[in-house]
Amino acid sequence: MIEIDNLGKRFGAIVAVDGISLQVARGEVLGFLGPNGAGKSTTMKMVAGYLSPTSGTARVCGFDVVDHPIEVKRHLGYLPEGAPAYPDMTAEGFLRFCAELRGFSGAERDRRIGRAVELTQLKGVMAQPIDTLSKGFKRRVGLAQALLHDPEVLVLDEPTDGLDPNQKHEVRGLIRAMAPEKAIVISTHILEEVDAVCSRAVIIAGGRLVADGTPAEFEARSRHHNAVTIALPAAQAPGAAEALKAASGVAAVELGDSAGPHVRLTVIPSDGQDIAASLRALVAQKGWQIAEFHVERGRLDEVFRAITTRAAPETAHA
Amino acid sequence: MRETVAVFKREFTAYFATPLAYVFIVIFLALSGAMTFFLGNFFARGQADLEPFFSFHPWLYLFLVPAIAMRLWAEERKTGTIELLLTLPVSLTGAVVGKFLAAWAFAGVALLLTFPIWITVNYLGSPDNGVIVAAYLGSFVLAGAYLAIGACVSALTRNQVIAFVVACAACFLFTVSGTPIVLNFFSGWAPKLVVDTVASFSFLGHYLAITRGVIDAKDIVFFGSLIALFLYANVVVVEWKKGS
Repeated sequence: MIEIDNLGKRFGAIVAVDGISLQVARGEVLGFLGPNGAGKSTTMKMVAGYLSPTSGTARVCGFDVVDHPIEVKRHLGYLPEGAPAYPDMTAEGFLRFCAELRGFSGAERDRRIGRAVELTQLKGVMAQPIDTLSKGFKRRVGLAQALLHDPEVLVLDEPTDGLDPNQKHEVRGLIRAMAPEKAIVISTHILEEVDAVCSRAVIIAGGRLVADGTPAEFEARSRHHNAVTIALPAAQAPGAAEALKAASGVAAVELGDSAGPHVRLTVIPSDGQDIAASLRALVAQKGWQIAEFHVERGRLDEVFRAITTRAAPETAHA
Repeated sequence: MRETVAVFKREFTAYFATPLAYVFIVIFLALSGAMTFFLGNFFARGQADLEPFFSFHPWLYLFLVPAIAMRLWAEERKTGTIELLLTLPVSLTGAVVGKFLAAWAFAGVALLLTFPIWITVNYLGSPDNGVIVAAYLGSFVLAGAYLAIGACVSALTRNQVIAFVVACAACFLFTVSGTPIVLNFFSGWAPKLVVDTVASFSFLGHYLAITRGVIDAKDIVFFGSLIALFLYANVVVVEWKKGS
């Protein structure tokens, strides 16, 4: 549904996006990750047809953004960064304006607005000027605008930024619910969001695509993938740490924070192998009174940091 | 076409959503009245015409029209809504024309609300109403020319104050380009053709010709093509400034 082909954007001497290629298929929710200024928003703006690329191109539903920008915009719902909307207009007036610009009028327009309002739960604030709405509602007005024409492709730049936890939960639920019949791209720097909604994630740093995979694949790259954390009485901890370190497949044992009378030990496996079963056997054999035993899937923030800091020096002189 | 209508509707109602419209109309009516009666000696002239009324319009528009034009694009860029507008399936030309027409229609409303002075002059004497209609038309077209310049300048910046000041200065140059203020700068070194061309851009000259009741195609074409030129420049500027 979205094909990005060696897309590049330069602002004077600054290279914002440096040859990104990727594809997004129907049913996928792709997470765009990257530090601030990595080129996420610029890429999204080019896909949405706002900025024109200086090299390469992108196609949305088969339409080229350079040659057929209007067709691209027709098939795409876009939430710009910060969800801009006309502050003096009411939510209803704003959505009506957007619907009219999309070519809907009369009953069809009202039906579409009604559906988008229902999806984003805006009903109570329709008569209020957008100026007076809370950040969460503003964001949802922007989202409603992107959903008016039930687009096949959705590009959402930081859809949950500034929302409270409940609102985040709702927006993520909405994205998940729409995912099967659409191709969705969201940008975020909240890593838990990737786990919560994305079926795939790419990491962009310095204008380049530096990693592409499913959240599970990213987690598998983490040092903490399959790491086991055990909490046991403080008295038993030093002996246990020694014994764990000697067990097979264990790379390191880290002393964690204390939880009341217990101490947490995090056992890091070598090469991410599954050591849970063997550790369980060891615990039973030694008779430790463990209060906690859990296996980690891996830490995305760790992987994110490792990937983006490694990529940075390389692109500094690009 | 569709986008022009939608953008027009939005922009036109946007004027009335804030106090801007009312402040503008009140000040325009008060100033045009005051100038007519005090500076123009409306009564002392003893003539039943609106010449004193219309002769001040270029100077009134000089700073009032940029005030309606300044928000057209600067505000969109400031709030980021331009990104929203231009990622909807609309043609940029349609949006530029829609905004311009909304501002022009608003200026037209303000101008129409000066009708009491027309009633007054008809009550006091028997003026040539044909001349008055022509003068209203001339004034409206003049406002359109100022607006096209103002809208184009507004697209250059995200700061409305800068848009206002620069538009005032640009409009001033066009207004007085037939007078020594501008011509002295050119005469002496530039060829006569250049001086004459610059002089022919004078808003005052073309406007006064129309307000005398002579609707010459030449003057209408002048304002029409000037508006078209600046709207085209407006499209180019919006396109160019998108990335920054």
